This record gives sequence, structure tokens and C-alpha cells, in this order.
Amino acid sequence: MSVSTSKTPADETRPVQEGEPLLEVENLGKHFPVTAGLLRRQVAAVKAVDGVSFSVRKGETLGLVGESGCGKSTTGRMIMRLLDPSFGKIVFEGQDITKLSQGRLRPYRRDLQMIFQDPYSSLNPRKTVGAIVGAPFRLQNIEAKQGVKKAVQEILELVGLNPEHYNRYPHEFSGGQRQRIGIARTLALKPKLIVADEPVSALDVSVQAQVVNLLEDLQDELDLTYVVIAHDLSVVRHISDRVAVMYLGKIVEVAERSDLYERPMHPYTNALLSAVPIPDPAERGDRQRIRLQGDVPSPLDPPPACRFHTRCWKAQDICKQVEPPLVELSPGHQAACHFPENTTVSATDAVAKAAVTPGTAPSEDPEPAE
Amino acid sequence: MAGTAPVADTAGAGEASGAFLDVRDLKIHFPTDDGLVKSVDGLTFQLERGRTLGIVGESGSGKSVTSLGILGLHNKRNSDVSGEIWLDGKELVGASQNEVRRLRGRDMAMIFQDPLSSMHPFYTVGNQIIEAYRVHNDVSKQVARKHAIDMLGRVGIPKPDKRVDDYPHQFSGGMRQRAMIAMALSCDPELLIADEPTTALDVTVQAQILDLIRDLQQEFNSAVIMITHDLGVVAELSDDILVMYAGRCVEYASVDDAFHRPQHPYTWGLLGSMPRLDRERSERLMPIQGSPPSLINVPSGCAFHPRCPYAELNDGKSETERPELVEVEPGHKAACHLPLEKRREIWADEIKPKL
Repeated sequence: MSVSTSKTPADETRPVQEGEPLLEVENLGKHFPVTAGLLRRQVAAVKAVDGVSFSVRKGETLGLVGESGCGKSTTGRMIMRLLDPSFGKIVFEGQDITKLSQGRLRPYRRDLQMIFQDPYSSLNPRKTVGAIVGAPFRLQNIEAKQGVKKAVQEILELVGLNPEHYNRYPHEFSGGQRQRIGIARTLALKPKLIVADEPVSALDVSVQAQVVNLLEDLQDELDLTYVVIAHDLSVVRHISDRVAVMYLGKIVEVAERSDLYERPMHPYTNALLSAVPIPDPAERGDRQRIRLQGDVPSPLDPPPACRFHTRCWKAQDICKQVEPPLVELSPGHQAACHFPENTTVSATDAVAKAAVTPGTAPSEDPEPAE
Repeated sequence: MAGTAPVADTAGAGEASGAFLDVRDLKIHFPTDDGLVKSVDGLTFQLERGRTLGIVGESGSGKSVTSLGILGLHNKRNSDVSGEIWLDGKELVGASQNEVRRLRGRDMAMIFQDPLSSMHPFYTVGNQIIEAYRVHNDVSKQVARKHAIDMLGRVGIPKPDKRVDDYPHQFSGGMRQRAMIAMALSCDPELLIADEPTTALDVTVQAQILDLIRDLQQEFNSAVIMITHDLGVVAELSDDILVMYAGRCVEYASVDDAFHRPQHPYTWGLLGSMPRLDRERSERLMPIQGSPPSLINVPSGCAFHPRCPYAELNDGKSETERPELVEVEPGHKAACHLPLEKRREIWADEIKPKL
């Protein structure tokens, strides 16, 4: 399918950027083989990510949300080339990095960094903070002006750690401080793009807010671009400029932050948003809840056509037969649904048309009553 | 909020009060090589049947230790438990292990945080529920099995008569948590403690589980203690809220008061740290500075003072004197040195507009 409509400057809200894409992902997918028998014959594939396309502009933050198992972390790891994609293309600063060898990729590692979820397992317990944060300098053979130690201490200060902690070990720090060490390590080489995989979900609420604020300050200060992977919709709303919602290996909706949270189009996004508990007892009774039934289907055997149809309350026959393409229904707002909400009738027609034109699909009547 | 006022028969030490669950000055300390860990240090609260108490706090504030203490799950050899816990007229801290064991499961039950590690991987889900039921009820295996299927169906597991023979790993996360709830409810407990029941789950599943707990509570009229760090979950489910910090209660209030008129700077901090979907997006979150204290070296005076932005308004009292939990309004208690007027002023002028 891959209807990755290139971004028009119309949907630019942040005035600073010129809309130049830093990272482009086209129809990216990862199928993990399932093998059986003596010969390790492949009998099935876990379709963790099944064709996602998006782009990230310089200086913006793209949030990637979804439930566990939807492929958001796999997508992040593929962008980092920690996992090799099964198909698709990753273009970073105009250069296709999908097939680069590890050696050729090394210069790009400087620009592409990752923050991991668990600050306890992502730091080597045998190394001091100085060695951990200084490792990127060593690996990339970079001579810091006043020596690596000085450079590391500056970074530690930047992320709000005491530079005197240079010789301490990770276990001497609290969870929030460890996450800061992880952030310091990613910042060592002044990267352009940081993929943050659940950067705050392992932290306490009060510490979470500190790290979120830190990430925002660093973005302003160092002109960073983030891809933030998270399951917490309120955190994502707070830090993202644009948000992509994933379900079972596909992107179902991409939009500007305010657009997505105020006018969600895809039923799944609606359901996700209405499931978030609101910390206000006064609203307890009044909220209209959409309750999804059951669990996310297995990515081993995802439902045909629209993958959400097994849990969707709006599903019609067409949802089981024709896969809805990701189309732009309003400026900067893409959704993949036959019966999107918060939209006009003409938009529904647009989906129907887009669904029929490229595909081999049977020509179903696109409007079997609303 | 019933139960805070002393009951007519002056329920002193060693006497049952009218409340269904009455925890008085509960202390759970662990002597370790590094020093005494005061996980829970003087906690008092009451809970009536049919009500839900939310216990909120960061990791290490002693909320889980409290719940394990009520269930009597601490090893007496490496922990010092003192104080009183009255459950329906019976005292639990001084009771023998056998007595507590009889109550556990039947009168009080717990839903644990991580259903994968708290279910036995080697036995089928059905067997584990059957075991719990047969310990407390003298019934045949067939009857117990029927009951287990019944419970699984009740918590919304599809085809319970087939799934009853599945092992925990064959269930998804949400289903495991449902099975856990079925197990906890199999003997109709009057007190249900849910320790972070939805933290490991996705939001859509979380919503299902919270609904389930709410429905079951109405059906069984049980008392529920909801332990969580998620203020959203508390706001949805609780009648009263107890905010814990460093092993002590810093604020106790009805859910309305706690969210709309909180009286403790720590509660303000928690509310300010949360990004909220029901408000306009704020430019910055207002985190609490620093990190939670170690329970071996709890700061002197008010344990929150190193992180409190208003600590210096008390002329040094914060560092030296521990504030007592006092009733500032009917049914609303807080432990803070700040004068009440000042607190109301700060809340109304500085905190509330920014939330």
C-alpha cells in the first residue's frame, strides 16, 4: 500500500522548521520467522511490523504510541539498525541506511542514538559513569578539546548530574539518575536524532516529570529530533509535536498532536483515549467510555484487511475484505479507516476511493449505511 | 467518610472499634546490616465494607509493605511488626500464624501486581483456583472445579470450561490478571487488596480490569484497598485516598478533597508531575525536585523537607520536628507544618491555576 503522502508545508505549526525531513521510513517491516523441525524450516512469521511509513522533520518530536506488541519498539530498533528490517527503506538525511554494513553505518551512529527503557539493565554495572558516558568518544575516535573527562563532566552537568560523580558506579544512583546517565551517554556525540524507547515508564511519577522536562530542555538547547516510543498517552501528548498510533504492526493514524487528541479519527485511537483514567473524581460518572472487548490478536496470524475489525464496534463487511489505506483526511491528519470519526462525508468517500483504486480488492459498495 | 471519629465505646488500645478494617499505628521495620529500614512507620486508617481506599505513593513509600503486613505475609523472623490491625473484630498482628492463615483467602485476599510471577507456572490456572477454594471450603474436587469455571466466567474469560485447564503462560497479560482476580474472589473475601493491579497492563485492558473490580465490589460489597502510583486510577475507583511518603501517611482525605483541595505539598507535587489529558497541554510539568529518600536514612523532621519548595517558610521547624497527622477539616487529615491559611493560599494562588 504505502500511501506516504509527503508532508505539505501547510501542516507546519512550529515556526522554526522548514519542514525538511531528517528521517524517512517507507513501508518498513519486520517479520520474525517461526521455525520448527529438525531443519528449522520456517513455518510461520510473527509480523511484528508490517509496512509502516512516516517521516520525521528536523527539530520535531514524533510520538509512537500503541499497546504492547503493536511493534513500536521493533520500529524504533529498526530505525537504529539494531534489528535488520525484513523489507522497506530507512532514509536518514537523504541517505538510504537500510542495507549499510555495520562498518559503513558507524559514522551514522554518531547522529543516531537511542535511550532505553530500563535504566537498570541498560548500563553496564562494572563500569563507572565516566567510562559509560565516555565510551562513545572512544568508539568513534573523537578527540575532545579539553580531554574526554572534561567533556563527559560537561555532559553530566547538562543532564543535571553532579560532575563529581564521574567515578561512581551505576548502582549508586537512583532510577531517575540512571536514566539521566543513559541520556548523557546518548548526548555525548551531539546526535541529530534520538530514539527514546519508553524513556520514563520505569520511573516514579515525580521523577518522570523531571526527565520529561529534561528531554524538552535538551531539545531546545541542542536542536535535537526525537522519536519517542511510549504507551502512556498523556506523556506522549506532552512531549510530541506529531503522534503516530500503531496497532498490530501498522500505523492506523498520524496527526499533529492537538489534532489527534482533540479530533481522533480512527476508532482505535478513540478507544485508547477514552480508556485513559482521568485524575479528576468529578468527571467519574460523566465520561463516555468505549470499552474494547478482548485482547490484541496475535501478530502471528493478524486478522485480514483492517486489523482492528475484530474489536471495532463500527466494523462492517468492507472492513473484513478491504484493507483501509492510510490517507490524508484533513491537512496533516492521516488515518486508515473505512468509517473514520470526526470527519466529513467527503473524507469517507476519499477513503473508499483510495481503497478501491490501488488494490486488487473486490468492488464492495463503500457505503453500507452508517 | 465514616470511622475517623472515635466510636462511642472509646475504642482504646486492645479493643475492636466499629470499623470493618481498623489499622492502628502499624509499624513494619526490617533490621538489616545497613540499619533499620522503617518501611511503614506508624500508619493508622479505617475502612468500611463497600468502600474503596486508594493508597498512593512512589516506590519505596511503604504501600506494598502495608498490604503485605495486613495479610500477615511478613516473615516474623526478619521483620518487626507492631501496632494493631483489626479485621471485623479480630486482631491480626498478635494472632497466631494459623489463625491468620485461616482468614487469608477467605476473609481477605490480594491481587498482586505481576500476574505472571505470582501464579505458579507448573499448575493449571484451574488447579490454583480449586486449591484456594478447597482450603477454605470442605467440598469435592468436582464442586470446586465447577466453582472455578464459574469464577473464570464471572471475570470475563471466554470459554471458561476450556481455559480452566490452561497454564498461566497460555493466558495473555489481561487474562492472567482476570484469573488472578477470580482466584482472589473465589472465597468471597470481605477485604480485597489490589496492589498495582493494572500497572503491567495496557490502557484498554486496564480499563476492563478497573470496571471488573468496580462491578465485583458492588456485587460482593467488599472493602477494597487499591494500591497504586497512578492518580488517574485512584480518581476513578476510590472513595478515600491515603498518600504515603517515606513510610508515613502525609495526607488522608476523601477523593474530592484530595484532588480539589489537597493540603500537603507532596500531594501538590504529585498532581503537578502528571501530564493530563483532561487539561490544556501545559508548557512544562512541575516535578518534585530530588528523588524519594532511602528508608534507612529518613530525613529528620518532616521527611519531605529536602524536596519541599515551602520548607523554609516554617522557621526551621521542618528540619527538626516531625509534623503530626492532624485533622484540618472534617475527614481531611494532613501532616504539614505550614499554617492552614498559608496552605490554602498557596494551593489557590500557585498550584491550582497551573494544573
